Amino acid sequence: MIPELGHFALALAVVIAAAQAILPLIGAHRRDAALMASAPALAFGQFLALALAFGALLWSSVVSDFSVYNIAENSQSVKPLLYKITGIWGDHEGSILLWCLILAICGALVGVFGRALPASVRARVIGVLGATSAGFVLFSLTVSNPFVRLWPPPLEGHGMNPLLEDPGLAFHPPILYAGYVGFAIPFAFALAALIEGRVDAAWGRWVRPWALAAWAFLTGGIALGSWWSYYVLGWGGYWFWDPVENASLLPWLAGTALVHSAIVVEKRDALKIWTVLLAIGTFSMSLCGTFLVRSGILNSVHAFANDPARGVFILVLLALVIGTALALFAWRAPSLLPTGIFAPLSREGALVLNNILLCSIAAVVFTGTTYPLFAQLLAGAQLSVGAPFFNATVLPLAIPLFAAMVVGPMLSWKRAALAPALMRLWWVALAALAIGLIASLRTDALPAFGFAASAWLIAGAFAEIVERARLFRVSLGASLARLAGIPLAAWGAAIAHAGMGITVAGIAGMAIADHRIVAIHPGETVELGGYRWTLEDLRDAPGPNYTARLADIRVTRNGQTIALMSPGRRSYPLQRTATTDTAIRTNLLRDLYAVLGEERDGKAVLRLHVNILAPWIWLGALVMAFGGGLSLVDRRLRIGAPVRRAAARAVSA
Amino acid sequence: MIRVLGFLVLLALPLASAFAISDPAEMLPDPKEEARAEAIGRQLRCLVCQNESIEDSGADLARDLRQVVRQHVAAGEKDQEIITWMVSRYGDFVRLRPPFEPLTWLLWASPALALGGGVLFVAFAARQKRPAPAPLSPAEQRKLKDLLKS
Repeated sequence: MIPELGHFALALAVVIAAAQAILPLIGAHRRDAALMASAPALAFGQFLALALAFGALLWSSVVSDFSVYNIAENSQSVKPLLYKITGIWGDHEGSILLWCLILAICGALVGVFGRALPASVRARVIGVLGATSAGFVLFSLTVSNPFVRLWPPPLEGHGMNPLLEDPGLAFHPPILYAGYVGFAIPFAFALAALIEGRVDAAWGRWVRPWALAAWAFLTGGIALGSWWSYYVLGWGGYWFWDPVENASLLPWLAGTALVHSAIVVEKRDALKIWTVLLAIGTFSMSLCGTFLVRSGILNSVHAFANDPARGVFILVLLALVIGTALALFAWRAPSLLPTGIFAPLSREGALVLNNILLCSIAAVVFTGTTYPLFAQLLAGAQLSVGAPFFNATVLPLAIPLFAAMVVGPMLSWKRAALAPALMRLWWVALAALAIGLIASLRTDALPAFGFAASAWLIAGAFAEIVERARLFRVSLGASLARLAGIPLAAWGAAIAHAGMGITVAGIAGMAIADHRIVAIHPGETVELGGYRWTLEDLRDAPGPNYTARLADIRVTRNGQTIALMSPGRRSYPLQRTATTDTAIRTNLLRDLYAVLGEERDGKAVLRLHVNILAPWIWLGALVMAFGGGLSLVDRRLRIGAPVRRAAARAVSA
Repeated sequence: MIRVLGFLVLLALPLASAFAISDPAEMLPDPKEEARAEAIGRQLRCLVCQNESIEDSGADLARDLRQVVRQHVAAGEKDQEIITWMVSRYGDFVRLRPPFEPLTWLLWASPALALGGGVLFVAFAARQKRPAPAPLSPAEQRKLKDLLKS
């Protein structure tokens, strides 16, 4: 009964989404206030229907209703409750439903927070979201239905892939999807603006918070995925330039560019056409990221042919959504007149440079990821494009980007002079140089350069705040007053830029990480990175749906015990798979990382790592996401129109 | 295996096997040679994996290839010779860093093309004519005159 209810709610959601697409758009076209006012109600309706469908699937999973095909395939009765809940988005059908639910939430959020928007804009934004939703919910209902029944129901489910039974991974998809799908809102705003035929500073002000929120979620989601691969996969790697990872990086790069160019629209009423295109491009990348990767086409053309119904549906849907958006852009964009003028050397100019570089990196990653596919389809050639290619091509583009990240905020709007900006950064450059030189005494050139870049970025972020407070140039009291007056958005920007620096430091640290593979008996001791690692015991430990083998390791330094670690191996009898259980001890400056391998003749194979600054990689991403969030709270973004009276008072005072 | 693949491609995560740990017995006794073998291994793709190098993969094939690389390193062959040998055996598919040849010109040129295209696009957009600012209204002209007078 419950699954049928969910099935019905899913069908209902398609109908409501279709209505949400048609009625408000017609209403906005005819200036019919009643039809336009239907938009938020329909968006809520669609959200409720999808929430009901999702709830039904959740219920089926929690009570282990194996008559539902999807649950029988991916769950089992002894699975811990947490993973029964989070396992819903561990498979194709369930994750598509989650995707649709988040899209519906976006529509409802625009309904709630969009009250200050002009009625026609709000109706059009919600209408575009509804149209997108209708397509994807229809996809879920027809070819990816999570409520298909199985008869007779099996007594026990197949169980989930044990690799996914992990708290980090349990919350990775919702956060990542919130980022992917969140970019649907800027996309809808872009299309609404094209239909309206008007993009102005107010548009930039509406779009930026949504783009920022999606960006913060995407940053967090990517970081969580990277952290998962670091501690679960067990060889200390954190980023593999894998097609699946690249697919999440592409919307992040485009979204980062969007967040920056929207500032120029808001403040200077320039770069409007470009920002609209970026908003379309970012969401298109998100769509390609979720769905093309999901179809497996990037791994092999054959995986795609396994499930032609889904594949063709998705291709047609993507072509329809992206094609319509681009066609609308080509038709209407020429009517958006550029207004704001600026010199090449200005804050706007720096942001344009930022956009060129970020989009170039995105283009390189996109080319590298899809090249093997096209080489195979067009030339019949078998090619691989992997980490060595991406490292060699992305790094040269990242260096000028890092330079611009610090110099850009020092430039004034409209027209700036480079020399004074650089003079104010002398101590930042000095700090970077000093850190780089110190590092180069002990490491290779590339990691040393990484540390220097990180120092440059972090000190540069401080410099931005120092500059805004006019510290050391006006009296201390005046500086403090200015400091208190710095808008949250500026703090957010500086913190996000510093976060990037923290991540760069972590990456540089990982480049000088030390590791050792040893085979030792219990009781034996090895040295690595100034620590003594003693294997104390090898033992068995039972788990709820697995059995584990653990190695107890004592890590000491100068005779003092630093850590007790128990890496292990788990074997899941039902799925006939085994996983490694990495042991990590961190003090935020370095990770001690141990993996247990096979055992032979009483000896255990251990892989030991000392990863310098490793946690900073994800810490930096968190700081970036926090900076984005802080910027979001800035009250200027929540107020619909600039407050003229306050500005006038400030001038007269 | 296909099932596992189906699971993992759902997420923004690399496909990886659980055991990526080599046997110390596989490693070369000379740390310098071992480091060289690792550097070569990082350039070579584990043919049955998803964009993983043979140094990162736990697949049996990757283990075999690691051993082959180490045998060649121990025999004193140069890096380039070993990679050429691998390519002659498994084709360009084995190289994670694709060779520079007519088929990959576009790939290797992508950073320059993207950057150059971006700069050209901006330069072109900046040259486009902007609408002249609207002329001053009579009221504004009067105001201007007053300002200039005083």
